[in-house]
Amino acid sequence: MLKIENLHVNVENKAIIKGLNLEVNAGEVHAIMGPNGSGKSTLSAVIAGNEDYDVVKGKILYNDENIEDLSAEERAHKGIFMSFQYPVEIPGITVTNFIKTAINSNLKARGKKEMPANEMLKNIREKANLLEIDSKFLSRSLNEGFSGGEKKRNEIFQMAMLEPTLAILDETDSGLDIDALRIVASGVNKLKNKDNAIIVITHYQRLLDHIIPDYVHVLQDGKIAKSGDKNLALQLEEKGYDWI
Amino acid sequence: MSLKEKLVSSFLAFELDTDINSPIHDIRSKSIKEFEKVGFPDKKNEFWKYTPIKKVLNEELTIFKKKRHLIEFDKVKDFFLGGIESYKIVFIDGMYDPLWSSTTHKGADICILSSVLENKKYSNVISKYYNTIVDSKESFSLLNTSFSKEGAYVNIPKNIELDKPIEIIHINSGGESSLMLQPRNLIILEKGSKAQIVESHYSLIGKNNISPYTFPGYIDPLTNTLTEIHVEENANLDYYKIQNDLDTTSIIDNTYINQKKNSVASCHTFSFGGNIVRNNLNFYQNGKNINSILKGITILGSNQHTDHHTLVHHANPNCESYQEYKGIYNDKSTGVFNGKVIVDRVAQKINAFQQNNNLLVGDHSSVNTKPQLEIFADDVKCSHGCTIGQLDKSALFYLKTRGITEKDAKGLLTYAFANNVLENVKMQVLKIKIKKIIANKIGVSLGFEL
Repeated sequence: MLKIENLHVNVENKAIIKGLNLEVNAGEVHAIMGPNGSGKSTLSAVIAGNEDYDVVKGKILYNDENIEDLSAEERAHKGIFMSFQYPVEIPGITVTNFIKTAINSNLKARGKKEMPANEMLKNIREKANLLEIDSKFLSRSLNEGFSGGEKKRNEIFQMAMLEPTLAILDETDSGLDIDALRIVASGVNKLKNKDNAIIVITHYQRLLDHIIPDYVHVLQDGKIAKSGDKNLALQLEEKGYDWI
Repeated sequence: MSLKEKLVSSFLAFELDTDINSPIHDIRSKSIKEFEKVGFPDKKNEFWKYTPIKKVLNEELTIFKKKRHLIEFDKVKDFFLGGIESYKIVFIDGMYDPLWSSTTHKGADICILSSVLENKKYSNVISKYYNTIVDSKESFSLLNTSFSKEGAYVNIPKNIELDKPIEIIHINSGGESSLMLQPRNLIILEKGSKAQIVESHYSLIGKNNISPYTFPGYIDPLTNTLTEIHVEENANLDYYKIQNDLDTTSIIDNTYINQKKNSVASCHTFSFGGNIVRNNLNFYQNGKNINSILKGITILGSNQHTDHHTLVHHANPNCESYQEYKGIYNDKSTGVFNGKVIVDRVAQKINAFQQNNNLLVGDHSSVNTKPQLEIFADDVKCSHGCTIGQLDKSALFYLKTRGITEKDAKGLLTYAFANNVLENVKMQVLKIKIKKIIANKIGVSLGFEL
C-alpha cells in the first residue's frame, strides 16, 4: 500500500529525514518510535502532504502511484488520513458541520453523491458512540477549548467517519489519561481491518499495549535504525534508545 | 455655495411649519448655530483621518424631498426578518410608510418620532430624554439634530419584556437624486424592561444600476442617521444594525447609548457594504454593575469603505465592557477600527476588553486599526488586541488533510472567522439571516444547514 524509498526531506533547508525506507501493506499496523527530533512528525507531515516540507530525494509510492505532486486534499481523497499531534482549533464551525463538509468533499472528489442527511446523522451517532463522545460535544466549535483527550478523541472520530485506507496517528497518546487512552485505542482497533493499514507514531510503549503492532521501527537521525516485532518496543521501554 | 452654507440657509424654510415657541425648535436652532461654527470635518481632524468624508459631501445634496415614491413589496421583502412576528417601523426615503409598518401604543410605545416630538402628551419624555446624550460638538450629530423630523420612537415601560422584536427599516428608493436623509431614533427602556431591536438600511437603486430613475448627474443619497438610546436601571437591550447597502450609497451613523446601573446593553453592527460607512458608537456607563457589549462584522469588497469608531466611557466602578470586531476585506476595500475606552478615576474594578481581527483578502485592501485607552483609575483590568493578516496556514492544512479542497477550506475558515462573532445573538431568525449574508458575501457554498 505504502512504499517509501530512500526518502530525504528538508525543512527550511535543514535535512531532517535522510534516506528512509518503509513498506506498509494492507492489514498491517506499524509503530514508529524514536527520540525527540528524530523526524517522526516530519515523516507523518510529509506523507499527509504538508507543503512546508521539501522532498529533496526519494519517492513516496501509495498504491504504486508517486504522490509527490498531490496536494493534501488529493491524498485525503485517495484514503490517506493523519491524526494530528496538535489538532488546530477552529472557532466558528461546529464538529458536526466540519465532518459533514469533509465527508461530502471526499465523496464529491470520488465522483459519488453526497451522503443523505439522515444517513449522515446515523453515521455520526454511531461513530460518536464508538469513541464515547457526548452529543453536546458535536455542536461545539471544532477543537476550541477541548481538553487534550477530547481533541484526540475527536481526531479518531474523524478517522472513523472518513474510513481511510492508510491512517497515520501522530503521537495520538500524548496528553491522554489512561481512560482516554483506552477509549482511543479501542476505537482504533475497531476500525482496523484487512484492507486498511495504520502507522502509529509514538514515544512510548504504553499505547502499543492497546494497539498491538505487527512491526516496530526505530527512527534515529532521519533513518530507520532498527526494525522488529512488538518485542522491540518492550526492549526500548526498558533500555532506551542508546543501545541501538 | 458650499454644502455647509446651503444647509445652514435651508434651515429657515425647513422650520416654517414648526411652532417657534416649542422646545424642539429651540433645540434645532441651537444645533444649526453650532453646526455653522463647527462645519464639516476636514482631513486634519484626527477623528476623520482615515475616512475621506469630503468625497460624499456633494454640493448638490439637499434635505428637501420632492415627491413620494412607491415601491413594490417584492423588491423589499428580503429586507424584513420574516419567519417571526415583529413590530415594524418602515421608512422610505426618510418618510414613514404605514403600509408595511406595524406599530403599537398598547403596553409599549413603538411608533414614529414625529408623532411624539410636538405632542404635548410626550413633552415630559422629550425634555427628559431627547438630545440629552448627544455630542454637542460633532458635525453630523449637530446636523441631524437640526434637520431630523422623523424616525422611530420606542418606549418600553417599567418591567415589561417586549413580546416580539422591533424592526426599524430605512429604505432608499433611489427615486430621487441628491437626497440627504436625517433619520433619528429615540429609544427608551424603562427600569427592568427588556427589548430586541434590529435597525437596517438598504438602497434599491444607485447610480450604477439601470433604472428609469437614473439619469446623467444622478447623485446617490447620503444617510446621516442618529440613534439615542436610554437603558434605565436593570434594563436589558439587544440592538442590531444591518448595513447592507449598494456600492454607491453612504451612511454616517451616530449612536449614543446611556446605561444606568445593573443594565446590560449590546450592539452588533453588521457592515456588509456601502460607498462610505461611518459608525460612531458611544456607550456611557452611568451607574454601577453595568455591562456593555459591542460586536461587529465587516465584510467589504470593491472600493467600499467602513469606519468603526467606538467609545466606551467607564464612569463608575464594577462595570464591564466587551468589544469584538472582525473585518474581511476583499478587492480594494478599506476599513478603520478605532476603539476608545475612557476609564474615569472613580471607575475602579472595571474590566474592559477589546479585540479587533482583520483578514486582508484583496491584494489592494487595507485596514487601519487603533486601540485608544485613556485610563485614570489604578485598579482596573483593560486588555486590547488587534491582528491584521491572512488565514492561518496550519488551519488550512488541517482542513485539506480531511479532503476539503483549498478553495472550500479558505471559504470555510473565512466563514468561521466571521461566524464566531454571532455566538451571543439570541434571535435565531436574525442569526440565520446574517449567516446567509456572510456565506453569500464570502462566496462559500456551505454543505450544511445554517
